[in-house]
Amino acid sequence: MKIIVCIKQVPDTNEVKLDPVTGTLIRDGVPSIINPDDKAGLEAALSLKDSLGAEVSVITMGPPQADAVLREAMAMGADNAYLVTDRAFGGADTLATSTTLAAALRKMEYDLIITGRQAIDGDTAQVGPQISEHLDIPNVSYAEDIKVEGNTVIVKRQYEDRYHTVKVQMPCLVTALGEMNTPRYMTPGGINDAYKVKKVTVWGRSDLEVADGEIGLKGSPTKVAQSFPKSVKPAGQKVTLDADEAADYIIEKLKEKYVL
Amino acid sequence: MDFTLSKEHEMARTLFRDFAQNEVKPLAQEVDETEEFPKETVEKMKKLGFLGIPIPKEYGGQGCDSLTYAMCVEELAKVCGTTSVIVSAHTSLGAEPIRKFGTEEQKQKYLVPLANGTKLGAFGLTEPGAGTDAAGQQTKAVLDGDEYIINGSKIFITNGKEADIYVIFAMTDKSKGTKGISAFIIEKGTPGFTFGTKEKKMGIRGSATYELIFTDCRIPKENLLGKEGKGFGIAMTTLDGGRIGIASQALGLAAGALETTIAYVKERKQFGRSIAKFQNTQFQLADMATKVEAARALVYRAAIAKDTQKRYSVEAAMAKLYAAEVAMEVTTKAVQLHGGYGYTREYDVERMMRDAKITEIYEGTSEVQRMVISGSLL
Repeated sequence: MKIIVCIKQVPDTNEVKLDPVTGTLIRDGVPSIINPDDKAGLEAALSLKDSLGAEVSVITMGPPQADAVLREAMAMGADNAYLVTDRAFGGADTLATSTTLAAALRKMEYDLIITGRQAIDGDTAQVGPQISEHLDIPNVSYAEDIKVEGNTVIVKRQYEDRYHTVKVQMPCLVTALGEMNTPRYMTPGGINDAYKVKKVTVWGRSDLEVADGEIGLKGSPTKVAQSFPKSVKPAGQKVTLDADEAADYIIEKLKEKYVL
Repeated sequence: MDFTLSKEHEMARTLFRDFAQNEVKPLAQEVDETEEFPKETVEKMKKLGFLGIPIPKEYGGQGCDSLTYAMCVEELAKVCGTTSVIVSAHTSLGAEPIRKFGTEEQKQKYLVPLANGTKLGAFGLTEPGAGTDAAGQQTKAVLDGDEYIINGSKIFITNGKEADIYVIFAMTDKSKGTKGISAFIIEKGTPGFTFGTKEKKMGIRGSATYELIFTDCRIPKENLLGKEGKGFGIAMTTLDGGRIGIASQALGLAAGALETTIAYVKERKQFGRSIAKFQNTQFQLADMATKVEAARALVYRAAIAKDTQKRYSVEAAMAKLYAAEVAMEVTTKAVQLHGGYGYTREYDVERMMRDAKITEIYEGTSEVQRMVISGSLL
């Protein structure tokens, strides 16, 4: 079985600080990480590799420094890594990104493609499903569990108040929820291999069969009208009460806030 | 000359730091309080390969360099002195002499399980009457047919009782002095090999420190490590490497205390403002940070020297001497900056200060390091 995991390098939002004067994000010196949903998808792929045997490849589109997340993925156990990078791909929205990634994926063999649900720096949740459209393969989003049985993938698909169990024929694409697992640590020897033994294959503009008008800024119909940081909720208050007291307590609080 | 860490070393630090923060730090206080060996943490470290970092892959290790190993011990020590010394004693003292001096058979039998972490290692040199004067070994080994018979005892043995494989030293010919000392590999469970009292210590309280007792303990002749009479050299060479591990532990304790204190002084308010606003605090922190950085430079240099130079005794001695004294000084200042709270067990710096003291004592006291260093000068 060949599994490809699409990952994205994102700023670690836990480490992002707000400028106290302007209220804008200070990105300088913020460490870059593998997007958490993507990392969960990678863990799911590596678990399948452990239990069933699989070749796991990771791919990312980004600037040359995105090499770091590919090395990290290999240090966790991924076998191969592909970096899609070129100035021509810059300024891409989700459509241009998925078009570019799909062009790269067409050059590769796969049974299962896993992407994260969404990236913490964009929150669109579009790239995964768009890739499946470009490749004309089925897509199951919001996976909280992925199993493989023969030629099919069984996905537990999460909704707000329920889940569906979906059986889908391979090749297919699944978008993973960050909550589905706890990604494994790298190993010291894995890090050593990721830099000294394994290679990152780099693909630029000339390596992909895709039209100029479909990539980068030109291929991006999305226009960003305004961007804003997520508001931070203050820490909640935790109280431990029995059911009756709890009901009274909640009603009292709602009255205080004039909700009731 | 380039002082920047490579990308793989940066990544390794991230790994060790994440592991230390997530898995080790939450238990550090409890491990100290209960004096219980952190078995679950050791099991986790085994799975991640932390117990064989500098051992070649063909022997079950991770195949990394000594700097990576030093960084692991450093990051563990930042949050837990106990956990860091378990790794250091196992790797530098238990596994390393077998890697360096063992036969191929000994490596397959003992180094492989040590490197992959299925077995834990320890090292027994110190005796009640032979501490800094390691040449005064009283433990004896007598060849009887195909077996050596060992009699005597070892004290203050880190990982004692918890370890499965012990490298120990005994006199095979007392008339030859240090040239009569030989090294042996002994497995836990060998008849005649028992454990005495567990030491109650000031710091690193979760690490198991035991007396080893050998009473007519028979071991196969094949368990002689290196040649007969070469044990003293093996011990000294092993301790050169061990000192890099302890220097890394000392560095980590100092760096951990500094990090903890920086966070504390920003929070703590006196006279209507955070104590970080006072120049005394700022200057103390500046001195602490400078010394930590100087210690780091010496420790990393010694670790690199171990992989690139034939002899690195002086580099290791300087690193351990300086890092240990910095650990003591910085942790003491950290307690001072925490004030009364720093003296309580609620706060980590109290434990760090107790943990730091041993780094000036074990694997060669600071005085021994000065002897090694001055010996190279005169």
